[in-house]
Amino acid sequence: MSTQVMTLVQAVNHALDLKLAEDPAIVVYGEDVGLEGGVFRATEGLQARHGEARVFDSPLAESGIMGTAVGMAAAGLRPVVEIQFCGFLYPAFNQLVCHVARMRNRTRGKYPMRLVVRFPYGGNIRALEQHSESPEALLAHTPGLKVVIPSTPYDAKGLLIAAIESDDPVIFMEPKRIYRAVKQEVPLQKYTLPIGKAKVLAEGTDITVVTYGANVRETQKALALAKQDGISAELIDLRTIYPVDRATIAASVRKTGRFLAVTEGPATCGVAAELVTIVNEEAFLNLAAPPARLAGFDTAPPYARGEHFYFHSPERIYYELKKVVDY
Amino acid sequence: MSHPLFEAFSPAAGGRLQIMDDEGRIIHPEWMPALADEQAVEALRRMLYVRTADAMAVSYQRQGRMYTYPPNYGQEAISVAVGMVMRDEDWLAPAYRELGAWLAKGARMKDIFLYFGGHEQGCHLPEAKNMLPWSVPIASQLLHAAGIGYALKYQGKPGAAFTFFGEGGTSQGDFHEALNFAGVWRAPVVFVCQNNQYAISCHLSKQTAAPSIAVKALGYGIAGIQVDGNDFFAVYAAAAAAAEHARAGNGPVLIEAVTYRLGAHTTSDDPGRYRSSEEEARWAEREPVKRLRAHLADRGLWRAEDEEALVAQYRKDIDVQFLAQENEPYPLEDVFVHHYAEMPDDLKHQLVAYQKFENWKESHR
Ligand SMILES: Cc1ncc(C[n+]2csc(CCOP(=O)(O)OP(=O)(O)O)c2C)c(N)n1
Repeated sequence: MSTQVMTLVQAVNHALDLKLAEDPAIVVYGEDVGLEGGVFRATEGLQARHGEARVFDSPLAESGIMGTAVGMAAAGLRPVVEIQFCGFLYPAFNQLVCHVARMRNRTRGKYPMRLVVRFPYGGNIRALEQHSESPEALLAHTPGLKVVIPSTPYDAKGLLIAAIESDDPVIFMEPKRIYRAVKQEVPLQKYTLPIGKAKVLAEGTDITVVTYGANVRETQKALALAKQDGISAELIDLRTIYPVDRATIAASVRKTGRFLAVTEGPATCGVAAELVTIVNEEAFLNLAAPPARLAGFDTAPPYARGEHFYFHSPERIYYELKKVVDY
Repeated sequence: MSHPLFEAFSPAAGGRLQIMDDEGRIIHPEWMPALADEQAVEALRRMLYVRTADAMAVSYQRQGRMYTYPPNYGQEAISVAVGMVMRDEDWLAPAYRELGAWLAKGARMKDIFLYFGGHEQGCHLPEAKNMLPWSVPIASQLLHAAGIGYALKYQGKPGAAFTFFGEGGTSQGDFHEALNFAGVWRAPVVFVCQNNQYAISCHLSKQTAAPSIAVKALGYGIAGIQVDGNDFFAVYAAAAAAAEHARAGNGPVLIEAVTYRLGAHTTSDDPGRYRSSEEEARWAEREPVKRLRAHLADRGLWRAEDEEALVAQYRKDIDVQFLAQENEPYPLEDVFVHHYAEMPDDLKHQLVAYQKFENWKESHR
């Protein structure tokens, strides 16, 4: 089986390329997506290979992008649209919440929304404001959407292809901080990974730590610190925010008896709160300490000079983990 | 009563106001604004200041001392001309590429560097009168300007709201809603579109099928005009007429200033990917500083030898302001204290929890 070493953003590009070649119903568009190949180059070369009717620049309007995708999906295309940055998703919320998420239910299945919305998300990259948010809780809180976040090139390819082939609308959030941070051997042939399945990255016995996206790397560094203290932590990459993989989390916490969720968006009503609830529901009697979360402050992400306070360092994750273990 | 300029250059007819040609000669004296010699010279001084500050911002960014910055290079005439028309009582709802207008409103380079250098304190703008902070979500600020226009009218206050945006911004719903609201309310708003022909890599032709941006005014029943945005006098004349029109209660005006971004979209952009160097060279010929300089030199109002000393003085001033903000402190509390009139308990807990972590980190050094 031939493989190629790829970054996460290259894996996204490669998955789009494979699917464009395979399925003529797929169209890829968004701001600067065509000629330039996207501001992060996620769609680089795709217009040249698949033509302007299939890969193109849209006018500058997120509501326009989202609303036209609804019409295209209803009429039988499979749009894969890009929102340039997480912070610019908001103009599209009306279309996303009222139509993308609900069309299947409203039409009792007649018009499923076979579409994917991709965008880079997350912070700690010293960007301008509105370029650092983690809005996955807003999306997971919207019934009708699936929300996927890969943390490796291999997962990005398999999950993006699965998203494109899904019969439901999928929000595919790309952790831009690690777009080029890791390289990995990725098979060139097509494969999919199941949406809704978490992945156990490291087995352990003392505590379960669940995270996703760019925080997987920071958490791995934290676990290396914990290991020096003799703490054996189980690390789970959630990979899909909704539908969430209860079974994997429950099985792990029943074993370890301790739990920490690490997420980047604001704490209140966030994904970590949901995970803690799942632990309480599924493994309460196994717990040796209150299940804990490390989420963002309930503030806007600070601008570049203040972002070190907000985004989690390995030391902060280690510190929170120790508190749970030493409880 | 509409201003005669808007009658003469109705967007329906597809006209474009130009007063000064590419060599700085006045070709339409009938529209030449009544500016004293000193004001015309002041305009060039401000354009040079903007150009100098802009180039220095790009170089600070390259040195890793600042973050993403959107250069004005090639578009200086527009924000400087509008800036000279705005009065203290007028409001400004900016985008991010109209440095001359911010300075005219009283923003200091120090604040501007703070903002683009990644510090919220930059948005405080202590010395700027009636200026909102920058608006990164494209075209969202246009609605704020419409709301300000309504408020001024309701309160019986003098003045108008000015707002800036690019031609890409005219694709957003907010653009259309703002023109419509301001039109319905006959609110005093001047919408300034800097049509620099590219929204990052996306050419104007992919943004709209309309023959111009100015023509969109017609659909909202408001005045509109297209001007040569590299001609200081044309922009000034249109902005002055628009301000007069708006202040007199005739409703909003849409100005489309046709220009060209000679620099990159931001410091993270590479224009070589989407446009030719021939095209850039063609537009460099028509750039606004050169044109106004030639005009003033011709009138005996400008000497090349004075310019060097002036720019050197600007550089010094700008560098002083850059250094003044470089060490602006950013204490942890700053992340929390400004979000609400009174900090909710929840935030207090998060602040304290982080302080505990910092103490722990200190003790484990
Ligand atoms: C709502 C929103 N979508 C996308 C972006 C990303 N973005 C930043 S600038 C830009 C292009 C803007 O072009 P234009 O309005 O013509 O103004 P210019 O930058 O050329 O001055 C884009 C797409 C954004 N800032 N806001």
